[in-house]
Amino acid sequence: MSAPAPAVTRHTAPVSPWRPALLRSLPVRISVFVICFLWTIPTLGLLVTSIRNPEQISSTGWWTALLNPFGANQWTLSNYQQVIGSGGMGAAFLNSLIVTIPSTVIPITIAAFAAYAFAWIPFRGRGILFTVVVGLLVVPIQMSLIPILKLYSGASLYGTFVGVWLAHTGFGLPLAIFLLYTFISQLPRDLFESAAIDGATHLQTFIRIVLPLSIPALGAFAIFQFLWVWNDLLVALVILGPSTDLRVMPTALYALLGSRGGQWQLLTAGAFITMLLPLLVFLLLQRAFVRGILAGSVKS
Amino acid sequence: MAVGERTANPPLSRFLLPILGVVALGLCIGGVIILINPHGGQNLLAALYDALGNSSGATDLRNGHGDQLLAKVILAVIAVGVGVGGIWLLYLGVGGMVGMLRPAWRDRILPWVFVGPALVLLATFLVYPGIATVARSLFDGQGHFTLDNYAVMTSPEMVEILRNNVIWLIAATGGSVILGLVIAGLFDRIRREALAKTFIFLPLAISLIGASVIWGFMYAWEPAEQPQIGLLNAIIVAAGGQAIPFFTTSPLNIGAEIVIMVWLQTGFAMVVLSAAIKGVSTEIIEAARLDGANEPQLFFRVIVPSIRGSIVTVTTTIAIATLKIFDIIYVTTGGRFHDDVVANRMFHEMFQFFNDGRAAALASLLFVAVLPVMYLNLRNFRRQQVEA
Repeated sequence: MSAPAPAVTRHTAPVSPWRPALLRSLPVRISVFVICFLWTIPTLGLLVTSIRNPEQISSTGWWTALLNPFGANQWTLSNYQQVIGSGGMGAAFLNSLIVTIPSTVIPITIAAFAAYAFAWIPFRGRGILFTVVVGLLVVPIQMSLIPILKLYSGASLYGTFVGVWLAHTGFGLPLAIFLLYTFISQLPRDLFESAAIDGATHLQTFIRIVLPLSIPALGAFAIFQFLWVWNDLLVALVILGPSTDLRVMPTALYALLGSRGGQWQLLTAGAFITMLLPLLVFLLLQRAFVRGILAGSVKS
Repeated sequence: MAVGERTANPPLSRFLLPILGVVALGLCIGGVIILINPHGGQNLLAALYDALGNSSGATDLRNGHGDQLLAKVILAVIAVGVGVGGIWLLYLGVGGMVGMLRPAWRDRILPWVFVGPALVLLATFLVYPGIATVARSLFDGQGHFTLDNYAVMTSPEMVEILRNNVIWLIAATGGSVILGLVIAGLFDRIRREALAKTFIFLPLAISLIGASVIWGFMYAWEPAEQPQIGLLNAIIVAAGGQAIPFFTTSPLNIGAEIVIMVWLQTGFAMVVLSAAIKGVSTEIIEAARLDGANEPQLFFRVIVPSIRGSIVTVTTTIAIATLKIFDIIYVTTGGRFHDDVVANRMFHEMFQFFNDGRAAALASLLFVAVLPVMYLNLRNFRRQQVEA
């Protein structure tokens, strides 16, 4: 019943019902502009600084470069060369891909199968088990760290990619199952009845009917989980450990902070590299991105 | 595709599919073995070089030089193949095998094939560790019951940490929600709404540590005789003031760190609340307007009450994120200037002081703090189940 509502509002969105012509006046527009400007300044400062010459960064504010954009020797890409090479951000980028892609696909797959079973296959204990999943939605990750670390050093999963995948899968599962269940349980019953009449097994129904229809929900969760894993510092610190070989974007940036704390040209370039892929996803898939963010929040 | 083939040509697929399955399974196991080894990528490439007769390249690799990047790319491909392929193989393989059983058995086992992996992972990564953490906080090394780990919470140092968490909870959550609400309401009145919202929303894609670097540069402080390269201190100095070392000045540093969180989370609040505002029915708004409500009244007395549910959702989501705040403190000050919080302290108890009991008690404290939200979630869920 609530499913079609967003589609309807999206079409009527451009003209909001309570927008009087008079109030669309200058003060509102100016304040909107000012807010947007203020919100962007910090990121702009980072971006500008990352392509400035190191000597100039420490002697003048980054805003002075914008006033004199054609000054000699002003801009350089050497900061990026340096952090990607000796700063280790290049290797960390690859490590982040190694960590993030399976840590996104594995929980989605496992959650989709589980959500389908919770929604459409009757079995004993279904209600109580799903209630547990809902309860686990808000359990802080901190509750798991100490026992997982003990478990991992016993199973030689500490400091491995497999270990991080499993951890991110476990931590991401409650939300993934909950979101996909909400979506899959609202698919029309007729679909499943006619599939059963045609003699389709649950596995076939799931792959041929449920998965293709669930792409919006799967995509929304994928973006949410991708961002969370890509930007995660805590799990990487705890499970990948201090090894330089295994640094991912956030831990590599943290290492830069520790070793080159005062060198803003490297910190800004490094920080921008960590933001590159999420920003790209954001700009290319903005609508799905919004859906992912909205979906990730809706718990009531 | 494979399913279609099977119906068209059963004898072939009957042999082909199991063989392919076994091969894929072997590849996955091999891949996992390579991945468990910290130098798996290098060793594999070195072995390849040996086989090709390039022994100097192989030696370089084993000594940590040579084509490290190529080794890393190979590792990445294997990792993605194993992680993504392995999980599908598991389901299709086991699901297919269960499908061959007699119907009575099949129907009994199949649901557990679908939910089993999820339940095992939830039990391993959330349920068991949660119980173990609470237990660890309540028993000492010899297995005797003790409340010592909680008794420490009354020390002045810990009281300060708890106070800081409360400040965070109120200021960061309140700040993000109120700003998000005002911006959503304001932006709803302009023509290029989507474009304007993008600016506020963009920081959501940025990690907490990335945002900390961004704002660390905004707050940058230099001694008085040097030029201020941080924007905020440059403004203060230009206005005739004295530059402030934001991160080391207590209690200002807590506010400076909270600003980072608000900058990130306001976009989230704005997006959710903006969607809710657009869902408020036109009739209610028109009726209020006919009754003579002015625009601020309309916003605060009609629109805000109608989107109460969304406001609660946004508030609890941001509050939970704020409660667990770790990254910002860990990377800006490490909590060394009277700005420590529970999650950061827990990390240091674990890895610096090796005091698992106290770390477990701090984690349990966070857990207790989210219990009301868990209760609300469960109640809402039950209510929906009854309605459905």
